[in-house]
Amino acid sequence: MAQAASRNRKLLARIGEHSTGIIASVLFAAPIVWAVLSAFKPAQEARLPPLPPWPTSGFSLENYATLNSFGDGLWVSAQNSIYVSVMTVVLSVAVSVLAGYGFSRFRFPFKDLFFILILSTIMIPFQSILTPIFLVLTKLGLHNTLTGLVGVYVTLQLPFSIFMMRNAFDAVPREIEEAARMDGASNLTMLLKVMLPLVWPGVVTIALFAFLGAWNEFLAALVLMTDQSKFTLPVMMTALQSGRFGAIDWGAVQAGVTVMMVPCLILFLALQRFYIRGLMAGAVK
Amino acid sequence: MTTIAAATAPLRARKLAGRRQWIGLLYVAPAVALVVVFFLIPLGMTAWMSLHNWPLMGEHFYIGLGNYVAILRDTRFWNALRFTAYYTVIVTIAIFVVAFPLALFVERPRPLTNLYRTMFFMPAVVGFASASLLWSWLLNVDSGLFSPAAYDLGLIDRKFNLLATFQPAFWSIIAMVVWKVAGFTMIILMAGLQSIPQDLQEAAVIDGAGPFARFRAITLPLMRRTLALALILSVAGSILAFDQFYIILRGGPRNQTLTAVYWIFNQSFVSFKLGYGAALSMVLLVVLVALSLVQLWLLRKPEGLD
Repeated sequence: MAQAASRNRKLLARIGEHSTGIIASVLFAAPIVWAVLSAFKPAQEARLPPLPPWPTSGFSLENYATLNSFGDGLWVSAQNSIYVSVMTVVLSVAVSVLAGYGFSRFRFPFKDLFFILILSTIMIPFQSILTPIFLVLTKLGLHNTLTGLVGVYVTLQLPFSIFMMRNAFDAVPREIEEAARMDGASNLTMLLKVMLPLVWPGVVTIALFAFLGAWNEFLAALVLMTDQSKFTLPVMMTALQSGRFGAIDWGAVQAGVTVMMVPCLILFLALQRFYIRGLMAGAVK
Repeated sequence: MTTIAAATAPLRARKLAGRRQWIGLLYVAPAVALVVVFFLIPLGMTAWMSLHNWPLMGEHFYIGLGNYVAILRDTRFWNALRFTAYYTVIVTIAIFVVAFPLALFVERPRPLTNLYRTMFFMPAVVGFASASLLWSWLLNVDSGLFSPAAYDLGLIDRKFNLLATFQPAFWSIIAMVVWKVAGFTMIILMAGLQSIPQDLQEAAVIDGAGPFARFRAITLPLMRRTLALALILSVAGSILAFDQFYIILRGGPRNQTLTAVYWIFNQSFVSFKLGYGAALSMVLLVVLVALSLVQLWLLRKPEGLD
């Protein structure tokens, strides 16, 4: 009897816990699901309140087509966003792997000073130095170019990613290098052939953060990209949502938001382990 | 011969090793160059420009502390700063009120916990701009979700524009930010909870401590650094808030939701008063550096350790 009662209580507790979990999950997922589903409505229907969220008069890609007709089009901004994000990933990985290796394995003048300098940039937000960044880019002839934006984004990633990579290299035993050096490997071959495979998880982590950072950044892109053909997705979508291209087409907004969210969600779901790792590395230290 | 060779070999090796160490400079050079060009120089220029009248076009000239004197009388800037502080306090409390229970919920291993964690965390990887665009649609009075849904359910007798007046607009932003950020704070708090030794809790149970007493006497004190970190990330993010207020509210209604960064943006890139914008940035920088020092103090290692 008593056993059955306790089993019942346990069952009830479990049902309670899982209903809480499910309700909370639905609340967190709902806005995303709502936008993704509504984007597939025909334009007429997308203008009405999204009740229910799914299309009732047939699936349609009309909203994506409309989006592509605004300004220079969805595709141009998407290309800009992809270019900026991929370049930010490639360059910040290259620069951080080199610097992480340098800080981890060599002793040279001003080493500590340089390391502290790079880490301390995190204390001063770029939002407060955007104006001079704008002027520096102009001086360098990089004003209103995606390359200039990439330079800014890479610099923003450096404190986190160099910190990550230095720790990753620190964790590799020196014996491995000594053995490779005996075999006559030069510094650079050693880094690329011997060390890189060992710090690969760290590289994936910083690449993921670099991509998400660049893909989602708004203020710098808004300030530095003045020409419509250079707009990244967030800037272009905000221009559309502000009514810059005439009456606001909410169907196009849903489609644009979907295009902006889906790559982040896919990358996160695929590389979740690395994302949480990065978060913990940042959190524990 | 052999003795000389034997004597010089280590010396040459050491010299070579010494030269090899210098190569480290080459490895870190690109990173340092980027930080100099995109951080150090702009930082120095901010200070320099703040002492000038610096329009976008035409000559700039030195005006000493003129910009700073003007700031003292810039009531709109102080209002923006006050609003930013208000927003930071409210949103941080709201985030913690949601994130802490979530962290306690996903901390214990049980079936589906991983799935719940992922679901709660998903909005955190979506950008602030995407989230703001998404919510600006959901909050729209005619084509959005909330107002029409409440109307259809009979909760209100005519459609209510959530973004037209300060209170509902402000709380809508809070809701959106909590939705987006709570999962992130949850993960950080969860890491702190998991680092508390299980036997401490068990010992307390044996001593007859109830869940609330255990929470106060064990969980909270042992999580001080984690709490401080979560607090810092939330405060630092909120003080620099821009995207959501620009995209959803355009600083309205009636300029009541202009944040500090938004005001600097307006002065620098809408009015093109670059020197004045730089001076405003310097004020914001001082506030942020002061906060950083408080943060370092909060994050200090517990006494007796390290």
